Amino acid sequence: MTLKKSFALALSNLVFDKMRSLLTMLGIIIGVAAVIILISLMDGMMGLMNDEFAKLGTDTINVSLTDRGGSRTVDDNDMYKFVSDNPEYLKAVSPTVTIPNATVKTTDCDLTTNVSGVDEQYYSMKLLETENGRFLQFSDVEKKLKVCVIGTYIEKELFGRGKGLGQSFKINGKTFKVIGVLTEEGDSESGGEDEIIYIPYTTAVSMSKTSFIGAYTMQAADADNVDNTVARIKQYLDNKIGDSDYYNVTSVKQVMDMASTMTGTMETLLVCIAGISLLVGGIGIMNIMLVSVTERTREIGIRKSLGAKCRDIKSQFVIEAATVSGVGGMIGILVGSVLSVVFGKMLDLNAVPSFTAIAVSFGVSVAIGIMFGYLPAKNAANLNPIDALRHE
Amino acid sequence: MTDTPIRDSGAETPLIEFENIYKIYIMGDSEVHALDGISMKIYKGEFVAIVGQSGSGKSTCMNIIGCLDVPTRGRYFLRGTDVSTMVDDEQAEIRNKELGFIFQQYNLIPKISVKQNVELPLMYAGLSEKEQEQRALEALDRVGLKDKANNMPQQLSGGQQQRVSIARALAGDPSIILADEPTGALDSKTGKEVLNFLKQLHRDGNTIVLITHDNTIAAQAERVIRIQDGRITYDGEPDINKFATLAHAGDEEADNNDA
Repeated sequence: MTLKKSFALALSNLVFDKMRSLLTMLGIIIGVAAVIILISLMDGMMGLMNDEFAKLGTDTINVSLTDRGGSRTVDDNDMYKFVSDNPEYLKAVSPTVTIPNATVKTTDCDLTTNVSGVDEQYYSMKLLETENGRFLQFSDVEKKLKVCVIGTYIEKELFGRGKGLGQSFKINGKTFKVIGVLTEEGDSESGGEDEIIYIPYTTAVSMSKTSFIGAYTMQAADADNVDNTVARIKQYLDNKIGDSDYYNVTSVKQVMDMASTMTGTMETLLVCIAGISLLVGGIGIMNIMLVSVTERTREIGIRKSLGAKCRDIKSQFVIEAATVSGVGGMIGILVGSVLSVVFGKMLDLNAVPSFTAIAVSFGVSVAIGIMFGYLPAKNAANLNPIDALRHE
Repeated sequence: MTDTPIRDSGAETPLIEFENIYKIYIMGDSEVHALDGISMKIYKGEFVAIVGQSGSGKSTCMNIIGCLDVPTRGRYFLRGTDVSTMVDDEQAEIRNKELGFIFQQYNLIPKISVKQNVELPLMYAGLSEKEQEQRALEALDRVGLKDKANNMPQQLSGGQQQRVSIARALAGDPSIILADEPTGALDSKTGKEVLNFLKQLHRDGNTIVLITHDNTIAAQAERVIRIQDGRITYDGEPDINKFATLAHAGDEEADNNDA
């Protein structure tokens, strides 16, 4: 029997008994589609998280310090020197002095927000962009000028969009001039990336109760070498301060790693669920295959009486099972891919059906289909022809 | 006797030779001898009817002739070759090449067309698709159903379906046509047609073995082998008078079957 004819026969079988074919394929369709949807949504979510982290800067390292007093302390000059001494590890550093819950006032508006004191390097470190004006410069920092760069939310609240540049307002009673407005990141809403005020860190220090700078933002020279860089910083601080209780070094990458461990666990869980649905689909396929072979024992008897050998019977059933599973699998891929994209749109994720998910789910369900098409057919093919013929 | 499967008798080799064939079923504690030591020879070109009541062993006999079942004891030579010891796939080849079956229930596969049904034995013989089609159409032509080639079996009447199964039996050009109660499921008129067709095939040179419980049908054959309780009780001319007393039993059975 030629392969072409076998497939034609298998297809006509498929069409002949539509209900049974549909039931057989349903298991595969659901199994394959479920796996593809779950995996692609998961991938989409991971992608979204990675994007968010990338925005924070994967090469960013945060150092926080506690003042120990005496000589066992680190100030901004020590930090600048450390960074310039270690160009193979670090590219830039900016002290980060936060004035929490600062009162921000114009004549007819006031609000409470956090103000960040940074230096000019912060701009390139965080990949900031200004919409109008410029970012802080070295001279602003050096001269402790009362200038600021604001986010679009602040601009909108205080002055109205596009009207902020060159205006003045008060932060905790001191008057600051707006020298730049950052590009809108979100939608200029409160609490987002647009609610931000940057001032020179030197100015911020002079406005705080203490002159000690407790936080630095650093940029690693190589994003792939963050772990070693963190170690190098820790080594330096340990030398200077001598007690690890007084400093803490964290990197976005560490947070990211932690998050990806978590999402990894979640992915494992989802893969398990997908696997279960595939298994259930497989059992569905198995049942229908078993029933259909039992049902068709008489046909097997007829074929044997006409001279079909065991392998003819087996190959017929395997090809039939492969055709049913294959067609079901294709429909499953189609349904899964379409639904992935639809669900992705609904959840605001970029859910692209992954090749691995498609390959694995299709492979597994077709393999189950063929296996359970083959096994009962093998038994039926080995029946005495007369017993198969008499089967009702 | 030697153990070699090929027998070399000086005279013409019988097409079918049963040598002390037993078929024994174990039913609980007792043994049932469906065939109790049957020996017979059927030669090429014969039209033989094997007749017997139900339970006589005629069906078992036909199953063994058709290589659908194997004897418990004894040897069965088909064209001089011992087929009783063959394995499944070898028997499949014998069925394919040497035997054409006509069953009481036609045994057509319902989901493929008439032509595809007739092509089946040719397909298993490994013929090219073109040749399969050509020979299937020829066979259908012989039974007068060429125009129904693309119909599905259920679209045909019982008599037509039986003719399709005859075409299927003929298509592979077998040495023996084995007909198991071929008229059993048909009304008497169509039954007669089918029987006449078998006679025609015989006149064309085919060897036909007909299995029936009906003496009047058996009488149409050239030679009758009567089986009773697993043994041959008569082998010879279909002289209706010689088993007139038994004919009644067969009729009764026919009545029961109709009921």
